[in-house]
Amino acid sequence: MSPQLDRADARVTHAAGFSGTVKAFMDRVKSGDLGSLPVVVGLAIIWTVFTALNPIFLSPNNLVNLLFDCSTTGVIALGIVCVLMLGEIDLSVGSMSGVGSALVGVVWVNQGIPLPVAIGTAIALGALIGAIYATLRNRLGMPSFVSTLSGLLALLGLQLYMLGSTGSINLPYGSKMVEFGQLMILPAWLSYSLAVIPGIVMLVVGRSTNARRRAANLSAGSASGLVLKAVATTVVLLGIVFYLTLGRGVPWMFALFVALVLLMNYALTRTQWGRSMKAVGGNAEAARRAGINVRAIYISAFALCSSLAALGGVLSAARLASSSQQAGTGDVNLNAIAAAVIGGTSLFGGRGTAFSALLGIIVIQSIANGLTLLNLSSSLRYMITGAVLAIAVIVDSLARQSRASHGRA
Amino acid sequence: MSDPLQSRKPRGELLLSLRGISKNFGAVSALTDIDLDIHAGEVVALVGDNGAGKSTLVKVLAGVHQASSGIIEFQGKPVTMASPAAALQLGIATVFQDLALCENLDVVANIFLGQELNPLRLDEVAMEVRAWTLLNELAARIPSVREPIASLSGGQRQTVAIARSLLLNPKIIMLDEPTAALGVAQTAEVLNLVERVRDKGLGVIMISHNMEDVRAVADRIVVLRLGRNNGVFTPDASNQELVGAITGATDNAVSRRADRLREAAGEQI
Repeated sequence: MSPQLDRADARVTHAAGFSGTVKAFMDRVKSGDLGSLPVVVGLAIIWTVFTALNPIFLSPNNLVNLLFDCSTTGVIALGIVCVLMLGEIDLSVGSMSGVGSALVGVVWVNQGIPLPVAIGTAIALGALIGAIYATLRNRLGMPSFVSTLSGLLALLGLQLYMLGSTGSINLPYGSKMVEFGQLMILPAWLSYSLAVIPGIVMLVVGRSTNARRRAANLSAGSASGLVLKAVATTVVLLGIVFYLTLGRGVPWMFALFVALVLLMNYALTRTQWGRSMKAVGGNAEAARRAGINVRAIYISAFALCSSLAALGGVLSAARLASSSQQAGTGDVNLNAIAAAVIGGTSLFGGRGTAFSALLGIIVIQSIANGLTLLNLSSSLRYMITGAVLAIAVIVDSLARQSRASHGRA
Repeated sequence: MSDPLQSRKPRGELLLSLRGISKNFGAVSALTDIDLDIHAGEVVALVGDNGAGKSTLVKVLAGVHQASSGIIEFQGKPVTMASPAAALQLGIATVFQDLALCENLDVVANIFLGQELNPLRLDEVAMEVRAWTLLNELAARIPSVREPIASLSGGQRQTVAIARSLLLNPKIIMLDEPTAALGVAQTAEVLNLVERVRDKGLGVIMISHNMEDVRAVADRIVVLRLGRNNGVFTPDASNQELVGAITGATDNAVSRRADRLREAAGEQI
């Protein structure tokens, strides 16, 4: 039998079996390809410390609250992943979310226009603003750092203008919108069903991929490894759902956030658009010469980022039951960017996953939540979050240098 | 067709024809009135000193730069190549000197960059098989197509870049210094490949500083000097003739012959 296409070269060692997989993973980590390892380790440390200081931290209901809080900024961080992937930045996401929040208040509550239209308007405005940033960059060569910094101020002004002299608009309690942001929980049976799906999908897709690879004379993963991975995933997810159900359960808002993360993950890893995003972030000139429409990629990334920021603002309005002048100010901006970076998306472009927004925002919110439980002031919270961000960027830079010296990009 | 500058073999159809191509970067004219014809099934070598305009000419043909003036005809029709995508569409594939690979992506992703199969649900298996097929055709020694480009050596990267250019079954392939970074065996492989591509009926434009390589595969050798045409030679031209034309040593027999040949070539260049 002829050797498999990708196993013909004798110089390459291939991971075989369980020990091989572990060894390959260790080699990857040593060479600086850290993936989500730092954030998982960091999260374990943070949770251990806070639980030791105040056992309430790990109580199911506190974690449910944590997930509610994660969802708003998490959606914004998901957009940040898109622009960071290109090696760009959007500093105006906080203000954009404030505008989104204010827009819902003004259009829905004050003008009485139906809620879906109000939300749609906010998202569309976000897309427009993002397209403007990208166009400034494409046509005038304006660095996104500067264009979005000016956008930060301009959008803050727009938010204050829309809210007028009263300064805040209360969303009606009892409306679906506010219930979604504060109360709505997935029924237990649905949570459990959803927790089983990823494992099944992994199994089905994995089996069909392996079969196709074998048919094409390529090496394929082992069936037992696949089953092991699917079972492990299912057990972990069921465990999380079980623990949360001891409290109130899994929030709808968090489910929406996770759905967006999964969608983004698919788009980034399994579509031509995602491949182009990584290519532009890695080497924009090479991407251009390969025939990729680099300008369109920039527009899509910035538009997506600002749209998600506006959506995050809408969600935060639902969470707080008001559109206020404070929405989107303070640490929202930096938390969203920090979440993406802490989660493992590189500031230097070309590397990142949608899951980094999910993991990163859980770290950030855990710190905020834990410090609140300890009755510590926000001054201390800012300092600690700042330090964590600094550590995350240092880890990113060091890993990048290590990858370069180990021949990995 | 009694011109000594015609290639030894009968040539295929005229694929690409440049007339009076100029390219200015501000006050600098990188190219002035360049004429060039490429036929199917021939290898044209572009030689010249550093700064002669070879790479600029390649970039104009690849759609990376746009000519300031002049006409480009592809298969008899005047064309404009506003972007690299337009050049690819016409069937002009390019292997750039700096290879233009994305170091953070793996070999398969680089070969299929911008041409992915099944855009909404990437067909990784089919792409990997095709990548291996292309690489095996080049007798390439790539250890794994799932490693990022950053982990490959210079020669391996060159091979990936060439494999990528062949993906779309182009009519013309341009190689900018394809052998500059390669070892002895790999250079021979690339030259074999150039011949194989030529025999398939493609037009090949090859830039090289290595006269041995040029002589080994070229049907015609076009010399550029300071952004202008400076003679067309057959591979059996002497080294002295070539070097004279390249360096522009003005007052010797070599350059006088080159001038004579250039005039004799007339429109045939």
